[in-house]
Amino acid sequence: MDAILLQILNGLDKGSAYALIALGLTLIFGTLGVVNFAHGALFMIGAFCAVTLQRIFTLSYVTLDESQKDFLGNPLKVETPYVQSWFGESLGAGIIDWSVPLAILFCIPVMVLIGFVMERGLIKHFYKRPHADQILVTFGLAIVLQEIIKYFYGANPIPTPAPELFRGSFDFGVLLGFDPNAIIYPYWRLVYFAFSAVIIGGVFAFLQFTTFGMVVRAGMADRETVGMLGINIDKRFTIMFGIAAAVAGLAGVMYAPINSPNYHMGMDFLVLSFVVVVVGGMGSLPGAVLAGFLLGILESFASMNEVKNILPGIDQIIIYVVAIIILLTRPRGLMGRKGVMEE
Amino acid sequence: MLGLKKTDATLLIVVTILTVFAPFILNPFPTSSAMAQFNAGYPDLMQRFIIFGIFAIGFNLLFGLTGYLSFGHAAFLGIGSYAVVWMYKLLDYNVLPGLVLAVIVSGIFALAIGFISLRRSGIYFSILTLAFAQMMFAISYSDLIGRFLGTTVTNGETGLQVYTSDPQILLSAGETAPHFLGLVEMRSTYTLDAGAWSFDFNAGYYFCVVFMLMAFYLAIRIFRSPFGLMLRAVKSNQQRMSYTGLNTKPYTLAVFVISGMYAGLAGGLLAAMDPLAGAERMQWTASGEVVLMTILGGAGTLIGPVLGAGFIKYFENIFSKINDNVLHQWFAFMPDGLEDFVVFVIHPFIGKGWHLTLGLMFMMVVIFLPGGLVEGGQRIGRIFRRKDRNSSDAELDAAKQRNTPPAE
Amino acid sequence: MGILEVKNVGKRFGGLQALGDVNLSIAENSVHAIIGPNGAGKSTLLNCLVGKLIPDTGSVMFDGQSVLGRKPYEINQMGISRVFQTPEIFGDLSVLENMMIPCFAKRDGAFGMNAIGAVMSQTDIIERAEHMLEEMKMADKRHMTASSMSRGDKRRLEIGMCLSQEPRLLLLDEPTAGMARADTNNTIDLLKQISDERDITIAIIEHDMHVVFSLAQRITVLAQGTPLVEDTPDNIKGHPKVREAYLGETQTAA
Repeated sequence: MDAILLQILNGLDKGSAYALIALGLTLIFGTLGVVNFAHGALFMIGAFCAVTLQRIFTLSYVTLDESQKDFLGNPLKVETPYVQSWFGESLGAGIIDWSVPLAILFCIPVMVLIGFVMERGLIKHFYKRPHADQILVTFGLAIVLQEIIKYFYGANPIPTPAPELFRGSFDFGVLLGFDPNAIIYPYWRLVYFAFSAVIIGGVFAFLQFTTFGMVVRAGMADRETVGMLGINIDKRFTIMFGIAAAVAGLAGVMYAPINSPNYHMGMDFLVLSFVVVVVGGMGSLPGAVLAGFLLGILESFASMNEVKNILPGIDQIIIYVVAIIILLTRPRGLMGRKGVMEE
Repeated sequence: MLGLKKTDATLLIVVTILTVFAPFILNPFPTSSAMAQFNAGYPDLMQRFIIFGIFAIGFNLLFGLTGYLSFGHAAFLGIGSYAVVWMYKLLDYNVLPGLVLAVIVSGIFALAIGFISLRRSGIYFSILTLAFAQMMFAISYSDLIGRFLGTTVTNGETGLQVYTSDPQILLSAGETAPHFLGLVEMRSTYTLDAGAWSFDFNAGYYFCVVFMLMAFYLAIRIFRSPFGLMLRAVKSNQQRMSYTGLNTKPYTLAVFVISGMYAGLAGGLLAAMDPLAGAERMQWTASGEVVLMTILGGAGTLIGPVLGAGFIKYFENIFSKINDNVLHQWFAFMPDGLEDFVVFVIHPFIGKGWHLTLGLMFMMVVIFLPGGLVEGGQRIGRIFRRKDRNSSDAELDAAKQRNTPPAE
Repeated sequence: MGILEVKNVGKRFGGLQALGDVNLSIAENSVHAIIGPNGAGKSTLLNCLVGKLIPDTGSVMFDGQSVLGRKPYEINQMGISRVFQTPEIFGDLSVLENMMIPCFAKRDGAFGMNAIGAVMSQTDIIERAEHMLEEMKMADKRHMTASSMSRGDKRRLEIGMCLSQEPRLLLLDEPTAGMARADTNNTIDLLKQISDERDITIAIIEHDMHVVFSLAQRITVLAQGTPLVEDTPDNIKGHPKVREAYLGETQTAA
């Protein structure tokens, strides 16, 4: 029982990331009818927003401390981050420590801007082109974005720690009455899951309860009719693209402490996120979220030693196997509507 | 000739001449000159031109004719390589049995994957093929089959290679490298020194050329056949197809298998040139690469994929070799500040930044030139022709005016 | 016993009964029109005949064989050709190639794997296609890309493609929808000529009464998923039930 719970918990963080990326992909596909292969890159850029902010906060000036000598006998160089000299030592250190959560604020405008530019500058021209062309051009864009990041940040993963407060793990099992040490769970993963839940809830609430959201949902169901009502859906769809980009970015920012950001993390997640979208049902938002968590948890179960002893390596292929089975037995996915992207 | 109409026969002849004389054509610069780094006439690179040309020709049969965009074609490339290396391990270094096996096995895999994936079309098809390829990559990379059977099949991340402990039941004494029926080793190269120039004639290269020309010829026949016509009809309007009494499934499946066999042959040749096979050949970035080649060259055209493959492989090699020192040499004529600035601007696009250039180029092609390099060439050709006609029209008008008296 | 026998066919989409209890018999070598107000179930019925939809109840027999459960291409190979509301042709291919494809389908069946011989050496197919183009008076357009033609020409090509398969039953779904008067009249003449000169049964779904009354020998009026009446055009014209169905519609529309 505790082992099962542990696997479910372990699957949650990856599942959250899949769900958030898939949610954005589905929003873009549902509203704009565009298959965005560059969405993984947006996730990756989000993660690098955290890296960037951390770098900005740790920008330092160098002073020579005459009282201390290094091993060559020269005065010791002391680097003091600017934020520490501006805000005082402890507050400055706190800001640096909290750079990942603070990056959320930094990331939202950046991602929305990137989303707008992408949609207006590129995607807009591909609404009427075949899906293959959309895939190809966004695939090209994904390569460009990841190479730009690689140029500025190098090819190696960059460790981006969570705030001190959330580092380490706690004994989750004891809370639920299991034996001590049965379920040890890192704090940050719980934070990530809670964060994702809030974002997902926010997106759904936004779509459900605002007029804007209502128009977008109507547009997803029947674009032409809504367009005929004289509502400018194009502008709303641009905003929707910005939101989808921000969601992917936020997923990336908060993921940075879990997996040190590298330039190809976007592509790695993208492939799986597409599988998630297809399993959930193309164009279905709840489907994307459900499938994201399901597949994340499934992957985590498949990586249990008990399972791996029977079927070695099943954890690496389980998602694909499930996707193939679902696509063949239920082509429109778990929650897909009839007629969406069917022949 | 060979059952081809004139334009196709001409194209085949041109390609034959270009490939046969490639060692000369690709080495236009004297070995000691500063431009020598643009020479591409060394065996390893030339082999890659040809092998990826085969890969792209096969991919284009599927994508160019039917419009089905497979994002998992590299899986067949990997299978081809594994098949050849396994034949080395079991029999000997003769490449022929391995290549036959490579084509057969990749065909069987393509049949299975195609049968399932082709039940869907559009984006679903792309994702299904991608999922299959990624699954096969994961299986090979961790050698899951081997672990399951308690042996090695793909040898995991190390990659499959020949060890002295392998059976190699047909191995004769002194046989250490891939060869063709014991007649010639793939790596044997004859170097012709002509003054300041030097040209390499590599046995492996010409071996690949033979296969490429056969593959190209077959592709032309398929393009011009009733089968090819049906495939283009599939791309154009599947609804009309089925209401014209045609079952689209076997058509698409047949071309998927053919295309997979081309990829298997290409993968086999890779291992025939260099007796290694690794899982990274199956990764989806490799699948993406063949998509890039085909689109860049011109999907749906005969010569496009070959051009695209050559283009990408050439620039991959050349661009990634250029470094800042080279740039400084080139722009030395500029004033210092400007020189540094130009080098600074170009720097991100060269060397390791080659992929950035590639990505940008690819986007440009998809946006502005959906027909790829071939369409670009045609457009340029048309501009010139129009100019010609305009000028001749103008002359004609002028002549008319001279002949007709002014209307006064 | 007609060439097409539709018995007790019903089709339901969720809560909507699209077809109630349709019985229909189309006599061989006749021109039979199916008319009815919007939403009467005309298109649903047609889709049930060609294999795009499978009815929930009832049977559809063509020439004594059931078509139910067969794929569209199998039904076509039985001898039923369909012309669509918006012309469905191979837009990227040339007009001649468009015409050759049904000829291949007629000769080689649903799948023929000839990947080596050149299309241009298939002289029988080319002759047949050229002949059909002559008959459709489109021979001069043979090298045009099909998508670049006018709508009227596309319609003509589509009908020609269907005829080149020598179907026994030709189904037309509002063949003159969205056409100018002149194009409509041309299409009427073409269809008249086809029905006079060939051993072919034509079933036509149409909105335009002018087209219906100039072509049809029998008319079935469909309303709310069930046939109201079936009779000759002259009797249909004054039929009170038909008036009711149509006038009812015009009143609500106005």
